[in-house]
Amino acid sequence: MSELYEPKVVAFLCNWCSYAGADNAGIARMPSPHNVLPIRVMCSGRVSPEMVLRAFRSGADGVLVLGCHIGECHYIDGNHRTIKRMPLVHNLLTYIGIHPDRFRLDWVSSAEAPKFAKVTKEFVAAVRELGPIAKEIKA
Amino acid sequence: MMDAGRHPNIELLDYSEVVEVQGYVGNFDVRVRRESRYVDVVKCTGCGQCQEACILRRGKGKLMVPSEFEAGMGKRAAAYIPFAQAIPFKAVIDPNSCLQLTKGKCTQKCVDACGPGAIDFEMEETFVDLQVGAIVVATGFTMWDPNQLPDYGYSKSPDILTGLEFERITSAVGPTEGEILTSKGEKPEKVAVIHCVGSRDERAHAYCSRFCCMYSLKQAHQIKEKTGAEVYSIYMDMRTFGKDYEEFYLRNRSEDIQFIQGRPSQVTVDPVSGKCFIEVEDILLGRVRVLDVDMVVLATAIEPPPDAGRIASTFGLGRTPDGWFAEAHPKLRPVETATAGVFLAGCAQGPRDVPDTVAHAGAAAMEAVRLFNQGKVTISPTIAVVDAEKCVGCGECILSCPYTAIVRNVDEKAEVNPALCHGCGTCAGTCLSGAITALHFTDEEIVSQIDALLELAV
Repeated sequence: MSELYEPKVVAFLCNWCSYAGADNAGIARMPSPHNVLPIRVMCSGRVSPEMVLRAFRSGADGVLVLGCHIGECHYIDGNHRTIKRMPLVHNLLTYIGIHPDRFRLDWVSSAEAPKFAKVTKEFVAAVRELGPIAKEIKA
Repeated sequence: MMDAGRHPNIELLDYSEVVEVQGYVGNFDVRVRRESRYVDVVKCTGCGQCQEACILRRGKGKLMVPSEFEAGMGKRAAAYIPFAQAIPFKAVIDPNSCLQLTKGKCTQKCVDACGPGAIDFEMEETFVDLQVGAIVVATGFTMWDPNQLPDYGYSKSPDILTGLEFERITSAVGPTEGEILTSKGEKPEKVAVIHCVGSRDERAHAYCSRFCCMYSLKQAHQIKEKTGAEVYSIYMDMRTFGKDYEEFYLRNRSEDIQFIQGRPSQVTVDPVSGKCFIEVEDILLGRVRVLDVDMVVLATAIEPPPDAGRIASTFGLGRTPDGWFAEAHPKLRPVETATAGVFLAGCAQGPRDVPDTVAHAGAAAMEAVRLFNQGKVTISPTIAVVDAEKCVGCGECILSCPYTAIVRNVDEKAEVNPALCHGCGTCAGTCLSGAITALHFTDEEIVSQIDALLELAV
């Protein structure tokens, strides 16, 4: 594995908390990895397991789903659906032979710019360690 | 309150609780449970003969019930008018203490005393169904219980009072007829007023309760004026933020009241003399002081009522982490909520004092009026739509919708009510047959974004 490998990470960010948190991280000039490719959705509840798998199929080395903290969802309890649904992704990934650490669900509020920087940094580092997705998918 | 009671266009449903809310902005169906007060409010004239006749009053105080309005320091009968300015000014029978209602055995003196024959022990709770266009939630707050932090010694002495209890003592119609007296009936020589009890304290509530500084200053002023006692005002920061408030604080400072900046570490009570000892670090002097006082007044925090969670789910409200109901935007939409047509007024949304509550309530009322005057609502184009061809009618989306915007129609297919839909897309993420499209966030749009982004070199 090359030390210089730069993974591609697709991040689904909810409009109200995590996208705003990412925005604030940028405004505050907090360094966060350029490997993160943000996709804005209105609520983390919009992200279906298929969508995560679709990102892996298109060549993402890792997928992040970030939403509002439980109890702070802009849509009352949309993220309750996310938290119930996402363990399925872990199971599916293990089943099809993709390392489950390539996927992470976390909560970042709009006020948590430092947390956005921390979560993305940690996740990119973990995915970089795992190497290119092509190693695991042979198709 | 009096004005609201008299207004020809306001119908007061007292002693009632909203149990169910259906529908959406402009078309709410509200079910209200009206508790039985065992008194016919139409017949009752508010003369108060029943409370005089009640057998519990004849028991000469021993059998009487602690009065909620007097903060437990006064007594009342089982049939009573809650307080002198009650709206409506009608009697009520307390089902938890009335002998007829608890034991089924009473001489029913109140029935004999009641001229219009308003008392009815057989009365049952009723339900009222209302059709309304907008809802203002103004459910207020409760006082935090200072027993949760035993350092303040609240229950160790009857002379350690909350601000609300002190208000009754200083009221001309209260249990002491306005004289400030200790539990032994003596004039206190030294009194301490402690600010921020349970507020701005990570162990209780991290937020500032906002109005305690002003009422504590008023109480310190009243103690000084009425008793001439030595008054200590123990505060963390003096938050006299409003118009004329700072001036009142400065007036207090010129009145020989001792201001001590610091947070008391503990309040202890001498078991023999009953004196209270307050240990506090005076941070301006830089040393620990021990004050011996005859009376302590605690400016306790306010908190959301214990059933705020149930109220939130009834009206589809969100809550902030501190438990208050969430406004749509903290600065720009302070009275609107996540549910269109439901507005917040007063302390239901967060701690605020009387002038701010009046302003907030006025804004909530005007938002409702504005809605009615427009006669129509503007909704976002970002909503969900159902493809009836693909829908199998499994109902998963109905369960996933936070706003109950989806219903099963006559064809057993899902149908989105655009007035209720907020466009979160959770239903689209849930639908297994791909029948629901979240407009502007369709599967194709998101997949195209993924593909386009992954083509980029990082």
